[in-house]
Amino acid sequence: MSIEIGPEVAETSPPKTTPLDLLHKALGARMVPFAGWSMPVQYSAGVLAEHLHCRADGCAALFDVSHMGQASLHGSAGTVALEALVPGDIQGLKPGRQRYTVLTNEAGGVIDDLMVSRLTPDHLFLVVNASRRDIDLPHIEAHLPAGVTLQRHDDRALLALQGPGAAVVMARLGPAAAAFPFMGFGPASIGGIDCLVSRSGYTGEDGFEISVPADLVDRLARLLLDQPEVGPAGLGARDSLRLEAGLCLYGNDLDELTTPVEAGIAWVIGKRRRIDGGFPGDIAIRDQLQNGCARMLVGIRPEGRAPARAGTNIVAEDGTAAGTVTSGGFAPSLNAPVAMGYVRRDLSAEGTGLRLQVRGRSLPARVVPMPFVPHRYVR
Amino acid sequence: MSETRFTKSHEWVCLDAGIATVGITDHAQEALGDLVFVELPEPGRELTAGEVCAVVESVKAASDVYCPIAGRVVENNQAIVDDPALVNREAATGGWFFRLAPSDPAAFAALMDAATYEAFLETE
Repeated sequence: MSIEIGPEVAETSPPKTTPLDLLHKALGARMVPFAGWSMPVQYSAGVLAEHLHCRADGCAALFDVSHMGQASLHGSAGTVALEALVPGDIQGLKPGRQRYTVLTNEAGGVIDDLMVSRLTPDHLFLVVNASRRDIDLPHIEAHLPAGVTLQRHDDRALLALQGPGAAVVMARLGPAAAAFPFMGFGPASIGGIDCLVSRSGYTGEDGFEISVPADLVDRLARLLLDQPEVGPAGLGARDSLRLEAGLCLYGNDLDELTTPVEAGIAWVIGKRRRIDGGFPGDIAIRDQLQNGCARMLVGIRPEGRAPARAGTNIVAEDGTAAGTVTSGGFAPSLNAPVAMGYVRRDLSAEGTGLRLQVRGRSLPARVVPMPFVPHRYVR
Repeated sequence: MSETRFTKSHEWVCLDAGIATVGITDHAQEALGDLVFVELPEPGRELTAGEVCAVVESVKAASDVYCPIAGRVVENNQAIVDDPALVNREAATGGWFFRLAPSDPAAFAALMDAATYEAFLETE
């Protein structure tokens, strides 16, 4: 049989390790190359158990996401400079708040999706994808006016604590962060360690993302793992959790050839920005907002138990080409396969029947709303 | 008297009274992780050696299973279709995949015995 761990990015040089490399190995992690990094795909419990732990009442999963790019944008003109690169309302982002946005290209395609948080009027904090950090940060830097600087935080690690029990853990170790609202952001001490914390994540559960100096992350991770609610989870569970939550993965569901409107995340485009434009690709994106687009990202439920993976061809019930699956797999919380993919606009309505071409067979499926598993963010 | 042999692609074949039972090795199930889907060949299907004859999927990925020796499928194991995790729990026993009537009895002897497979795993 052919044994493969999953779709990985082709590697050209030895992968970088995060500051938690030794801890991962001590926890029985299976390490895989991912976007130039050696990352834990799973620990000894396995992907299924780690996934279900993150959704279990009173439980929380701890992820090392230190491969993601962290940076600060300093300077009072940083807000306007960033708004020239993203369709989000960054001027309306208040100190202590975080926002999801996208860097767009001139065609309206997505260069990357990222989190932007405001620490002070003159200081924005960015988290970008590992696979795109070397593209995003030079791109941002190339568009900065005098007086605005981009500071890379390669000396910081990033943890994600996710699950229904995350708030209980945070109340015990970092009460200031436990009081944050959903998409709140700011400095907070966790177990005596000064961190930058956001109330957000990539699982659909309540939780926190914790930026911490690299030399303190081992101490913080061990402290969090010592809590009875917390277990480690790898990139395998992170992927199945985000898929169930209907959250896009850059490189699969988003890329330079897809627009935020097609991807179903038009809500990232601020009200003022819809009217005024002023971001790359604004003409194409505003046209799609007004007139719709030729294809849409939709949730798909295959009828049987066979997962339809990324790249699977989708055909309409009349046999015509309909589109392609961009993320697909097995949803442990539903005990069933789920997928997301781009389909022709006339096939994007909920309940529309589709056929998925898996290994020479045509498997029935239908368009369903996302998320597949309801979000449980704190309100 | 039954005898079990192995392939470099981590399938096992147990020959007993002229019928070959095929499964994947414990090493293979361990490497794949939690299985969530199994697709098996239907009885009556003629398989050639090395042909993709079954598919197993973990949460993350799909993997092909290759037929170790040529033959006609006489039975498949519905228990692992209903409960793919049975392959993880009992790869060498209850997690068998299918049984076939070999078309070339000599092909079985050409596969690795247990000691050779163990040594092969060391080199992987």
